[in-house]
Amino acid sequence: MVLATIFQSGVSIEFYIVLSTILFVIGMIGVMVRRNAIILLMCIELMLNAVNLLMVAFSTYFGQADGQIFVFFIMVVAAAEATVGLSILVMAYRNLRTTDVSIFNKLKG
Amino acid sequence: MNLETIAIILGGLTIGSALMVIISKHPVRSVLYLVLTFFMISANYILMNAQFIAIVNIIVYAGAIMVLFLFVLMLLNLSRENEPKSSIMVKLGAVIAGGTLFTVFIAALKDGVAVAATTATDADSIGLVENLGHLLFTKYVLPFEVSSVLFIAAMVGAVLLAKREKQIIE
Repeated sequence: MVLATIFQSGVSIEFYIVLSTILFVIGMIGVMVRRNAIILLMCIELMLNAVNLLMVAFSTYFGQADGQIFVFFIMVVAAAEATVGLSILVMAYRNLRTTDVSIFNKLKG
Repeated sequence: MNLETIAIILGGLTIGSALMVIISKHPVRSVLYLVLTFFMISANYILMNAQFIAIVNIIVYAGAIMVLFLFVLMLLNLSRENEPKSSIMVKLGAVIAGGTLFTVFIAALKDGVAVAATTATDADSIGLVENLGHLLFTKYVLPFEVSSVLFIAAMVGAVLLAKREKQIIE
């Protein structure tokens, strides 16, 4: 049995471009609106996932697997980034007793 | 029910749960909605015949990273009461900036794809473990090995940062 890909059966690539752009913009609005540093890290993860979704869509669209390998590497970097970011956050909470990013302004001139 | 309807419903659910991540006030609820978003994105991957990426997405993101976030949230003991709030002007500015970025992205990308979709009959098998594993260990073997160095660095850095410093008693 030969399964057709989703793009051979009527769904256009523009649908996934719009969907992942909306997800990316939601993540960006979250970074600007929320002030809890943990939510900020989560919104960054959401933006990375939007990019992943577009990469997989184009990989399926063009029939080449390289895009999915790059999604794999993005996941590797995201995991490393989340661990280091969270440990920095735990250390900052230990010193300042808050996760509000507007308190973290010691580098401001 | 054809594939197009399923794709549109799934896209709407993905956007809805992603919106709930930034709307909900309680941090734990945000984490749970983000897990739901990752499951929805995995469903999108399965719809695009990318089975390996779908499973890895669930295991790595929903299974490992979000549990880490949840542990840190429990450790820090945050609640709705001490959740910092931003002013209405900041919210308005953020939504306007995000809407502008969305418009620019769509305007730039709407005519961007000039190549038609692939018509190869084996196009549905590129997302399987066999194919991706072969590619990962031949063409991309060097980045794969280098990523282990990145993980070692991240692990050492995380342990070093989170370690409680020794109290100096005079």
